[in-house]
Amino acid sequence: MSEPSDTAGYNFAYLDEQTKRMIRRAILKAVAIPGYQVPFGGREMPMPHGWGTGGIQVTASIIGRDDTLKVIDQGADDTTNAVSIRSFFAKTTGVATTARTEEASVIQTRHRFPEKPLRADQILVFQVPIPEPLRWLEPRESETRKMHALGEYGIMHVRLYEDIALLGRIATAYDYPVRVNDRYIMRPSPIPKFDNPKLDNNPALLLFGAGREKRIYAVPPFTKVKSLDFDDHPFEVQTWDHACTLCGARDSFLDEIVTDDLGTRMYACSDTDYCADRREAAPQTVDASEAAE
Amino acid sequence: MYVAVKGGERAIAAAHQLLAEERRGDPAVPELSIAQIEQQMSLAVDRVMSEGALYDRDLAALAIKQARGDLVEAIFLIRAYRTTLPRLGYTLPIDTGRMAMRRRISATFKDVPGGQVLGPTFDYTHRLLDFTLAAEGANVSPPQQPSINNPAPIPPMPRVTDILAAEGILAPEVDIDAGDTIADLTREPLAFPADRDARLQALARADEGFLLGLGYSTQRGYGRSHPFAGEIRMGAVSVEIQPEELPFPIDIGEVELTECQMINQFKGTAETPPQFTRGYGLAFCQGERKAMAMALVDRSLRAAELGETADSPAQDAEFVLCHCDNLEASGFVQHLKLPHYVDFQAELGTLRTLRAERREAAE
Repeated sequence: MSEPSDTAGYNFAYLDEQTKRMIRRAILKAVAIPGYQVPFGGREMPMPHGWGTGGIQVTASIIGRDDTLKVIDQGADDTTNAVSIRSFFAKTTGVATTARTEEASVIQTRHRFPEKPLRADQILVFQVPIPEPLRWLEPRESETRKMHALGEYGIMHVRLYEDIALLGRIATAYDYPVRVNDRYIMRPSPIPKFDNPKLDNNPALLLFGAGREKRIYAVPPFTKVKSLDFDDHPFEVQTWDHACTLCGARDSFLDEIVTDDLGTRMYACSDTDYCADRREAAPQTVDASEAAE
Repeated sequence: MYVAVKGGERAIAAAHQLLAEERRGDPAVPELSIAQIEQQMSLAVDRVMSEGALYDRDLAALAIKQARGDLVEAIFLIRAYRTTLPRLGYTLPIDTGRMAMRRRISATFKDVPGGQVLGPTFDYTHRLLDFTLAAEGANVSPPQQPSINNPAPIPPMPRVTDILAAEGILAPEVDIDAGDTIADLTREPLAFPADRDARLQALARADEGFLLGLGYSTQRGYGRSHPFAGEIRMGAVSVEIQPEELPFPIDIGEVELTECQMINQFKGTAETPPQFTRGYGLAFCQGERKAMAMALVDRSLRAAELGETADSPAQDAEFVLCHCDNLEASGFVQHLKLPHYVDFQAELGTLRTLRAERREAAE
């Protein structure tokens, strides 16, 4: 898969420079209007829509020769699509790649926000399937654009209220809507709501690319991002009764893994880099009783 | 002890190797050549060129070979290639009135100036398997009859729609947004409301099966538009460019096209007397089913423009145009097989909490 011959004839990072310029302009507009979905002339990419074509186009437009790239899917560097996207950029740009969050200047992600804190010199690129937070409430783009323009967001609060009335709590576990810079309601891509607090006032630039829907949006560094809630039903994140079986972490998002056909479960950090670092620093932190929970 | 899954790269490489072996099939069977696909699977090549939006028979044949005959996959390969090509210029509008025709039929008149020309059509074949084709090698001898693929082109014929339009009974094609540049969805994203130029481009690239189903739905009463196949013509037209430094256009080659003009009833409005209206379909080469379905859907999408009630799926531009592209549809449907375990975990947690709360409430 890494013969140089099959990318000969393609530009650095696959996209031609005109296309990159068009995408960079969309990114600049997105940064200037936090949370606003900027339409852009999304291109067909050599991987299918749904595999991250939006994030890949954003990354391809901002990546330079000196960058170090990290790609994660579900928090892990070794999931097949993360491997595939990383090798695409390694092949088309020759840039250094890493699995370590702190070494990366550009991180492309699907469905997670890394556990380690990001810095101001880092960019996090999200792959977004459906950029429109109001889409399940109003399928028409012509309508939802109007609702954003007028800041007409009552429908979203009603939806959250209906959850409370019906179920006693807001039942949205991922893709939990946020309000950016007190203006636009934004869909944080389907990250678990566990990750939502990391969006707020983050030093890194957060870019969101939706390839099929042809939209780019952004949360600039140090921007207020508030998860929608009510005074009497404040926003809260998931918690686990377990620690990570591998590293003992109690502060990270845990994957539940079924280990036998009797339904025995174990829990492990979804962020593989975070987990590996903790194991390196303090091996055998987990005692047997906790692992057996 | 659970060990985090590693080795994604090796698994992917192995999958690619398996795929290559499956594509080739039994090595004892001779390999297909690009020329064989181009010549003998020509309608597959036509579809890949149309929906791939690239007029190149050799590349389309290569894509079909690489995609193991999966045409949507082949269309994807062509699209991903064409998007990297530079824009050298724009051609002048093609003139299908000057088409060198191989097929031309009208369902609205028994005879029309220039006549009806069947051309190479399945229309009146009996769909009986021809077992002589299975006798490979038996048909290497020259055919008993001389070829009737007459190289003498049929002279240009007037379009049936032009004849009707001259009488005023068929609404003329008008440039409803004159002066605007022509939409190009490969450069700019689709926006709503979409003008007819953008709609037609989207339909021309749209999945044939999707348009076929939608067009069919209009015939069964979901947005009925009372269509007649005014004319279907297939043949070659010149492609011309107008260099800035020359006072005349230059012919740079030709493309083969199928054009379908549907004629549809229209009751008229307070301002307009009753007249026929049009639906337009165009596909590369012999994409007749696609061109006809496209013409039906084009006419349906003109409902708002013509002041008709639009309450059926085929009349809803946002519904049709957002879901007609097979690259987008195939990708998003199939992305469900990518890992979603983080979101699933989040959902599991919520569901368990809700169930526990209900159990407690019941006790």
